[in-house]
Amino acid sequence: MSYTILEKKQIAPQVHLMKVLAPDVAKAAKAGQFIILRIDETSERIPLTIADFDADEGYVTIIFQEMGKTTKQLAQMTDRDVLLDFVGPLGKPADVRKLGTVILVGGGVGIAPVYPQVKAYRDAGNKVISVIGARNKDLLILEDEMQAASDELYIATDDGSKGHHGFVTDVAKKILDSGEKIARIVVIGPPILMKVAAGMTAPYGVETIVSLNPIMIDGTGMCGGCRVSVGGETKFACVDGPEFDAHKVDFNLLMSRLGLYRPEEAQCQENHQCTCRSGN
Amino acid sequence: MMAARQAMPHQDAKERTRNFDEVALGYTEEQAIAEASRCLECRNPKCVQGCPVEIDIPGFIAQMKAGDFDEAIATIKLTNSLPAVCGRVCPQEVQCEELCVLAKKGEPVAIGRLERFCADHERKKGVAAPVRAQSTGKRVAVVGAGPASLTAAADLAKEGHAVTMFEALHDTGGVLTYGIPEFRLPKSIVRDEVEYIKQLGVDVKVDYIIGKIKTLEELKNDFDAVFLGTGAGLPKFMGIEGENLNGVYSANEFLTRVNLMKAYRFPDYSTPIKRGKHVIVVGGGNVAMDAARSALRLGAEEVSIVYRRGEDELPARKEEVENAKEEGIIFRLLTNPVRILQGDNMTVKGVECIRMELGEPDESGRRSPVPKAGSEHVIDADIVIIAIGTSPNPMILSGSDGLKVSPRGTIVVDESAKTSIGNVCAGGDAVTGAATVISAMGAGKLAAQTINDYLRNN
Ligand SMILES: Cc1cc2nc3c(=O)[nH]c(=O)nc-3n(C[C@H](O)[C@H](O)[C@H](O)COP(=O)(O)OP(=O)(O)OC[C@H]3O[C@@H](n4cnc5c(N)ncnc54)[C@H](O)[C@@H]3O)c2cc1C
Ligand SMILES: Cc1cc2nc3c(=O)[nH]c(=O)nc-3n(C[C@H](O)[C@H](O)[C@H](O)COP(=O)(O)OP(=O)(O)OC[C@H]3O[C@@H](n4cnc5c(N)ncnc54)[C@H](O)[C@@H]3O)c2cc1C
Ligand code: SF4
Ligand code: SF4
Ligand code: FES
Ligand SMILES: [Mg+2]
Repeated sequence: MSYTILEKKQIAPQVHLMKVLAPDVAKAAKAGQFIILRIDETSERIPLTIADFDADEGYVTIIFQEMGKTTKQLAQMTDRDVLLDFVGPLGKPADVRKLGTVILVGGGVGIAPVYPQVKAYRDAGNKVISVIGARNKDLLILEDEMQAASDELYIATDDGSKGHHGFVTDVAKKILDSGEKIARIVVIGPPILMKVAAGMTAPYGVETIVSLNPIMIDGTGMCGGCRVSVGGETKFACVDGPEFDAHKVDFNLLMSRLGLYRPEEAQCQENHQCTCRSGN
Repeated sequence: MMAARQAMPHQDAKERTRNFDEVALGYTEEQAIAEASRCLECRNPKCVQGCPVEIDIPGFIAQMKAGDFDEAIATIKLTNSLPAVCGRVCPQEVQCEELCVLAKKGEPVAIGRLERFCADHERKKGVAAPVRAQSTGKRVAVVGAGPASLTAAADLAKEGHAVTMFEALHDTGGVLTYGIPEFRLPKSIVRDEVEYIKQLGVDVKVDYIIGKIKTLEELKNDFDAVFLGTGAGLPKFMGIEGENLNGVYSANEFLTRVNLMKAYRFPDYSTPIKRGKHVIVVGGGNVAMDAARSALRLGAEEVSIVYRRGEDELPARKEEVENAKEEGIIFRLLTNPVRILQGDNMTVKGVECIRMELGEPDESGRRSPVPKAGSEHVIDADIVIIAIGTSPNPMILSGSDGLKVSPRGTIVVDESAKTSIGNVCAGGDAVTGAATVISAMGAGKLAAQTINDYLRNN
């Protein structure tokens, strides 16, 4: 199959947004789900969250950060290029219901998957307080969109270049301490952020949901490579998730499994850099 | 004195452990005719009863004896649309060849190899493009692109129905593509078979998951009939300690990385795989053999099969067990893993195993193994591959209200392949649980017949 890139733009250093023509996926997509794409014949399959979708126009938006070979190769692509494969929507949709007031926390590129959820929680009649953060203000993505979609928006940067000087979890904690009744917190970002957030919210007894990002291949429940441990049970994140109860997730296992192919990934990038005119 | 069974020429055992090229090279024409000549052309051929699709075995073999390979393949194709595949992967020793009259003397006619020869002969010449049938105006959806679905789609297209095939992965073939390795079943063969059904007019859609993009509910309204050939792709784990450590793979993941994603050509292909030094594969079926032999080809120093029963109980094809042994795979039989031991950084260090003894026969008639107290021992390993079976892919079940499923997760069908939903049939591993290519094809064939009858009457 082939899927045309309608639009591609850089939205922050090493962070790109891409609108891909995939009408069947766009029609079925729901907040919280993801796609798996393959650039070309020799490419690997990589999962990316659906950051936005338009069923009428038939496109799906993805936002990705350059990490290694495949995302760097993807970053080189431009309008009207085609992707060989783009399959989805995968995973269970986020369990969005009317709950009252919810906090949605996005860290780094994790803001991208949080954005459609902000809209969905709002549409379901919730009051949405969003907290987004990044290392510095240049890396902060979707600020305007998040501002428009949320009832309240808070910002945190590690270096203090914008908003609270510190972590998004500090801001979320302040909101919890303010006494406002919070029905649920959704946290999406690097595993370490989700782990810290889980630890932070536990004493408050607030339901906390995270979206896990283990290494995946098929995304259809066929390989078991994406297995995570939740409440002592093994789950396949691609079909049983990607969202789970943060207080039950074994984050250490997740983080260690994410590091499994570090040596190969490094080798892969070296080889790639010799053969491609990557400017990054 | 009966002539001896012709041996299959193989790639040299040492040589082949360093490449992924096909191991069995196929008979030469002389060998094929010599082997065909051993067939007695029995009046009441028992062999045919052993073949799930009832190929006219003495018929095609007689044509081979006369050197008429074109006629022979035509005979085979009357009932089997994937002979190049079946000739290679059917467990002949428990099917057609088991019942051959010559089997009693230990050397049945090599029916599978002869079938393969005819199919390869035709492939070399180039398969003639099929003539498309007159359109019936009826539309059928076929879910999955494994052997069950390929067979059903071909048969339905030949009847003139407009067939659309939906496959979740980016490539067709099901297990033939992602599971069975290149050295046993070259992917070009599978690709040609899919090309053939496309020429029949089948519209093949990959990257298309039923249950996600569309539900079965929607599909059965959009189409006049539906066939489900979604396979048994959900891997089982043992539930022992250490199973989520880095370096523990399901056979499905290991083989998918190697076959579908071509990790054996990393980094030219970007999908990585861990190339272990000491690899343990748990299980004794075809899947275990394929995983073990793939690990060896990826450069492992030592690969062992750990299996809880004995040699006679190994469910793998005999030929592949022999090939594996020749290649140096170690068989640790009557041995069962107890837990996987952890090394640095949550990696695998070894597997603690226990010796087993065969006890009394169970309901299935097989003697079930029981652990021998105090026989625990540790085998060093950095990679462990679990190949203890799979169950049906559950994804099809979301949005399929009314589809009856057994407690094992298999789709329930009647003797004509009909499910509990009016215009929906199912077959293959999705119905039986993990079985064989030829039984999946047989089921696809039966379902096509049922659907065809249904469409003619509705
Ligand atoms: C459900 C899900 C949703 C995701 N959504 C997004 C998103 O919206 N935006 C975004 O930028 N990233 C997202 N990711 C992560 C993204 O898939 C990885 O960053 C990407 O695969 C890295 O590929 P690479 O070849 O460029 O880098 P590599 O150098 O190969 O890998 C860098 C790191 O990424 C992780 N990774 C590598 N391969 C995979 C894989 N096949 N699957 C998952 N992780 C992998 C590993 O931790 C690895 O160390 C998501 C992951 C999952 C599982
Ligand atoms: C490693 C291995 C080695 C084997 N060796 C042999 C052998 O030597 N001899 C032998 O006879 N048998 C062998 N088998 C068994 C044999 O391959 C299977 O019995 C056979 O492939 C089953 O065919 P199927 O068409 O029912 O399903 P599959 O081949 O499993 O195909 C099912 C297809 O459906 C797709 N699918 C699933 N759900 C959906 C959905 N919701 N929407 C769209 N698509 C979907 C899957 O992606 C898959 O491609 C082996 C199996 C394995 C795993
Ligand atoms: S299809 Fe399989 S069982 Fe039937 S004759 Fe051929 S090898 Fe034997
Ligand atoms: S049983 Fe054996 S000898 Fe008899 S027809 Fe079949 S293959 Fe030939
Ligand atoms: S990615 Fe293969 S089972 Fe989840
Ligand atoms: Mg990569």
